Formats: sequence, structure tokens, C-alpha cells
Amino acid sequence: MTLKAYVALHGRQFGTLFGLIVLCAVMWILTPHFLTVSNLLNVAEQTAIIAIIAAGMTFVIITAGIDLSVGSVLAFSGVVLASLLQKGVPLVPALAIGIGVGFFTGVLNGLLITIGRLPPFIATLGMMSVARGAALLYTGGRPISGFSDSFRYLATGKPLGIPMPVLAMLAIFFMAYFLLTKTKLGRYTYAIGGNEEATILSGVNVRLYKTLIYGICGGLAGLAATILTARLNSAQPIAGMNYELDAIAATVIGGTSLMGGEGHVFGTLIGALIIGVLRNGLTLLNISSFAQQIIIGLVIIVAVLLDMALKKSRR
Amino acid sequence: MENNLALQMRAIRKTFPGVVALNNVDFDLRRGEVHILLGENGAGKSTLMKILSGAYQKDSGKILLNNREIEIKNPRHSCELGIGIIYQELNLVPHLSAAENIFLGREPAAFGLIDKKRMNQSAQRLLAGLGMDFDPQRLVRELSIAEQQMVEIAKAISLDARILIMDEPTSALTEREIKELFARIRLLKSDGVSIIYISHRMEELFEIGDRVTVLRDGNWVGTHNIAEVTKPELIRMMVNRELTQQFPKIKAPRGREVLRVEGLSRNDALTRISFSLYEGEILGISGLLGSGRTELARAIFGLDKIDAGSIQVKGRLQKITSPRQAINLGFGFLTEDRKTQGLVLPLSVQENICLPSVERFSRFGVVSNSEETEAAGRFLKDLRIKATGLGQRVIYLSGGNQQKVVLSKWLCSNGNILIFDEPTRGIDVGSKAEIYQLMNQLTAAGTAILMISSDLPEILGMSDRILVMHQGRINGEFSAADATQEQILHCALGEAA
Repeated sequence: MTLKAYVALHGRQFGTLFGLIVLCAVMWILTPHFLTVSNLLNVAEQTAIIAIIAAGMTFVIITAGIDLSVGSVLAFSGVVLASLLQKGVPLVPALAIGIGVGFFTGVLNGLLITIGRLPPFIATLGMMSVARGAALLYTGGRPISGFSDSFRYLATGKPLGIPMPVLAMLAIFFMAYFLLTKTKLGRYTYAIGGNEEATILSGVNVRLYKTLIYGICGGLAGLAATILTARLNSAQPIAGMNYELDAIAATVIGGTSLMGGEGHVFGTLIGALIIGVLRNGLTLLNISSFAQQIIIGLVIIVAVLLDMALKKSRR
Repeated sequence: MENNLALQMRAIRKTFPGVVALNNVDFDLRRGEVHILLGENGAGKSTLMKILSGAYQKDSGKILLNNREIEIKNPRHSCELGIGIIYQELNLVPHLSAAENIFLGREPAAFGLIDKKRMNQSAQRLLAGLGMDFDPQRLVRELSIAEQQMVEIAKAISLDARILIMDEPTSALTEREIKELFARIRLLKSDGVSIIYISHRMEELFEIGDRVTVLRDGNWVGTHNIAEVTKPELIRMMVNRELTQQFPKIKAPRGREVLRVEGLSRNDALTRISFSLYEGEILGISGLLGSGRTELARAIFGLDKIDAGSIQVKGRLQKITSPRQAINLGFGFLTEDRKTQGLVLPLSVQENICLPSVERFSRFGVVSNSEETEAAGRFLKDLRIKATGLGQRVIYLSGGNQQKVVLSKWLCSNGNILIFDEPTRGIDVGSKAEIYQLMNQLTAAGTAILMISSDLPEILGMSDRILVMHQGRINGEFSAADATQEQILHCALGEAA
């Protein structure tokens, strides 16, 4: 593929990357502290949890679906994991069950959508409430705190000087990239979102793959729960509130269309980093969290407006 | 200049990109008459009516309403001019009552609140005027199709419609309901309402019509008093077109039987369909819209459940319950609508061609790009698909090239029993000829083709044998060599073969 063709095909991602670079440059000018290694690693670490959830959201949104339940699923997975650890269940099985809870909640979403024929918005809206309620009920509304160092290492460890959450994030994005671009699952993800009926007519078991994709999205919420719990040394039933909105925002800023059929997972990573850099930079600049919300909201709107204008001009 | 004409359309012309839909068509309508508009699918009837109802704008020509020239700007304007249209698929809101539907958007109100009592009373009066006595407060979705139609008519009348357009009004009605509808139509006529009536059912035309106008390929063919024409004359007017297209049919030797369908039935869409298909053969399936042709294809391809009957593929009885199974048996289905069913538009040429075969190109779930490129590249070359490369998104291809991508898709999955549903619809003449050539190549190699088409010359030109469907049944079988367009159309209209 020539460079020109490559840019034409992936131009949208370069646009987002360019936006991130400009944003970093502006932050650097405004506050020199921004561009220090420790601060950048800090941004990456803070971004990791949303980014991991957003990786799963990207799969779902490419199929023209949506998953509103990820924030609640994170909380539920987190408290299940925490209670298992506190009961003395060894680390590996506890992690497997914690992430498995996320995966099966996602599969349940998928079944409601494929077998139950519910619109994804409704199915996952319901699940959002169910999973949150389950987390609260399971814990009686109280956080579960205090874990072993070996578990906490999952968030506090720094092999080669890079925080574990950042490593996990990078690993997940390379895996997601591989899945989306090189595998059958990825091909079907795009095909389902591009034209579900044509995909069914091509003999693809769309129900199976859709269910699996929602499972992946839930599983990644479970993984994010692990990192969050280890980081805070506490699992809270009210954790992950509004994370679904941040994950959707990161995906959309990254150029994935809510109409489905299009999108790139590295765009999502950049989208998540844009949100992370904004939060961090604005905090360094002592801008109140209230004003931050306004600015982030405007960024989402402007990013998508720009995207639409670019697409139009390219036609 | 006193005359009895409610409406005159003079030299109406309408073009869409690449096609002339109406070429200087004349049409007039007398007060209190039922004027039949007749023509094959695509003859221009709907376009003409859409111009009258304001959905389309004419390119040129004049429209006179009660001898005054008018410009119909939009559907609302058409309504205000007293033109009402009853569509084939009714345009009612199912969750609202009959009365609410009749007065939708202009509910009688007092102090901003809807005066339900007055609305229901008015609706009752309107329906009674049409001889209907059901409760106007009943929800539309609970009414029968015939009753829903009456609600549409009542709505048009309440809008002071003096011209009513009825598009295939009897297609979903029972014999008794048709009789009742005709009684209402006569009632409307006696009130001086003029009716434009579109239907394919010949018997009806002679029963209810006063005059008939025939369109063919966007041209006006003739207008006659119904009493002065016969059925064969009308059919000849509808189909007697110049065979301008060339059909490069090359007959392939007929091989063994690859598909045998026996007694296939599916609720009321398909009734006891039986036929066989052989290697190297093109079996044409003709019939009007809604005659069950596509339903037959869907049932064979495992998309719709069948209630009774059996399917044998290459001598073995098969129960096909999913497209995957059909594809593995060698079926390919080129759907009538490429864009909504055939292609994934945002994906590339390669991804579309390989979609049914991804399994074959994968090891442990990982797709081999090189194998895909090789396979897709071969079809790009062999079928001469005009694209900038395998990576081009199919949304940017022309209709003919898109159709070639769909065909490649099924060749790539090793399809050897191909179902073509309207293979050349919306495709330019040059690409059409190429598609026909490809069909020849396929049959020469032993592929069996089931070709569904509304295009009579195409059916006659490309098929070896022709089955004609009517209301979910096979109404006749012809050898393409000695069938005529008239015979096929007769048969498609329900006459015995």
C-alpha cells in the first residue's frame, strides 16, 4: 500500500493523533510541568482504566451497538473479586472469576440483544441498573478494602519503570488491534456493523459473534475493575459511575462511527488519551472540575463536528 | 372551453440519473370516472402518480386541474388541491384510533384540547357515508386491511378529495371485500369523485374501469374505453416492446439434476412448489411483484422456515435451516437489493468477496491476508471489476461492478447453484451484457442458475426453461425457445397456462 493510500484510509486516525499532539503542545506552553516523564506516566496511568473499557466499547460500537452497562459491570466485578480475595481465594482463580463475572454479564447483554431482539441501548440500560444494584446488594453498600501486596502489585508495580496499568492498557490495545484487523472475529465485527443482513446472508453466525463481542466488552470492564481495585486498595459498589460515557466519548473522539462498520481501536486509545490529557492539564492549570466538564463536553462535540466536515470534504 | 375533465396531464417528462422514467406522457381524467392505469413493473405508473401527489417534481409538461394550470409543489399542496392517494402499503398510524387517523394533524379542538367527541362523531359520519359501521374509536392495528383501506378513503374524503389515486387496492383483500370495495367506489363515482386505479388484475379492470391508459417503459401507449378493448389487446400493449437489448444466450448442455424441490409450502406465501434444476441450466422464474418469487429463494436458502415439502440437493435430501448450511451445499444468493442485502458497503472489495469464505482462509481464527488477496484478485481480474484495487470500498463502485462483487462472493465460496434475484436491476446496458456473458460462462462450466426476474425480455432471452408464479404457486412452465411475452404475462396474471 502506498503512503498516500494509507493516509487516505487512515487519515482520520492521523487527525486525532494530530489533535492530541496539539493539545499536549498547548498544555506544555501553559504549564511546563506537564511535559515531565512522571506527569506523562501519571496521565497514562489515569487513562488506562477508561481506555481498557473503551477498547471493548469500540468492538461494540463498530457493530452499530452500544454498551451502557460497563460502569456498573466494573463495580460488580470489582466487589466480587474483592470479596473472594478477602475470603482467601488465591489470586489467579479470584482474578479469573472477577473478570469472568464481567464476561458473563456481557454475554447476557449479547443474548438479550440477539435472542431477545432488544435494542442494545435498552438491554444494556437495564443491565446497567441490574449490575449496579447487584454490586450494592452484594456489599450492603459498603466498600471492601485492604488487600495483599501481591494483588496491589497489579496497579502499583512498575516493571522497567512503566506502571502496570499502562502495560496492561498497551497489551490490551495491541490484542484488540490484532483481533480487529487480523482475525475472523474482527472481520465479522465490521461486517455486522456495516450491514447485518448481508452478513447473515453470507452465512455468518451473527448471533454468536455479537454475543461474543458483548462478552469481550464486559470482560474488559472486569479487567478494568481489577486494576481499579488494586489501585485504590478498595472495591466500591459505586465505582465506575459514568465510565460508560467516558468510554463512549473516547471511542467517538477516536473516529468510530455510532452508525457502525467503521472505526479503529488506536483511534480510541488516542481519544482516551485526549480526555486524560485534558483532565490532567486542566487540573494542573487549577481549572475547577466543574469547568473541566464543560470543556470536555465541548471537545467531544467539536471532534465529531470536525470528523463529519472532513468526511464530507473527502467525498 | 367547457369540458368534463377533472385533470389533464400533458407531455409529462421525468428523468432520474441515467434513466427516463416518463417520456412525454399524456393522461386525463374525467369527472366521476374510474380510469385504469396499466403497465408492467417499471413502466412509469408510480412515477406519474408521485408527480400528481407532489412527491416528485416533473421536469417538464403541464398539469391542468379543472382546466386551470397548476404546479404541484409538495404532498401537502396536492392534498389541498383535492388529490388523495391510497397507497398499497397503507399509511396509517397503527397505534391510533380510526378517528384519530382520519383527522391526524387537524383534530377538531377547543381551547387547545382535542374535542374527542366531535372527532369521533365526524369520523362515524364519514365512515357511514362509505357504508361502514365499525366504531371509529377502534385502534387501526385491530382493523382488517379492508377496514384500514376505508379509513384511508374516509381520510381522503374528509380532505375534500375530488380525485382519488388507488394503488393496487385489492392486492390484500378477499373476494368479498373486493366486492364491497367496488360498491364503495361506485358510490364515490356517483358523487362525482374521479378515481385513478392502478392494478394488475385484469378481471377487475373490466369490472370497475371506465377507461384504461397503458404505459410501457415510460411512454404513453394508448388510452381506450374499457368496453372497446380485450384482454389480449391490453397485454400486447403492455409488453410489445422492441427487443433492443441483446441477449447473448449460449445454451449449455444439460447435466444431472442438482436441485429438486417438492411440495414446498410456507404459510400463505408459498403453496406446494415443485420443480427441478439441472447443471448448466438457467431456470427463469417470472411473476408479478408479490407472487412469491423472492420468498421461494429465501426458503431454499435457509432464511425462512418452510412448513412442508422437501429439498433434494445433488440427489440427497437436505433440511436447510441456515444460510451457512445452504452455502456449504453450494448455494449462492444474489439478492434483489445489492445495497441492503448483498454488500457491506463500508468494507472493501476484498472483504466483501471473501465474506462467506472467511472460514476457509482462516487458521485458528486468524485470516490469511495473502490467501484472500490471491482469491479476490483472481475474481477482480476474471470478472473485470472496475475498482482502484482490492482495498477500495464497494460503496464507491458503480451498480454493475457492485453486482460483479456480489457474484464473485458466491463464486469464491464455490457456489454452483446460484440464485439470481433481479440480476440486472439498476445496471447500465453495458454491464448488463457483461453479467449475461458471465452467466453463459458459468452454465458452460456446469453451474445451475435460478434466475428470478421481472424483465420479460431478460427471462425469455436468458432462460432455458421458465416457471411462472402467481399468488405463491407455480402457474405454468414454458420452454424459453417457444414462449412469448404475452403467454408469460397471461400466466403471471393468473390465467391458466
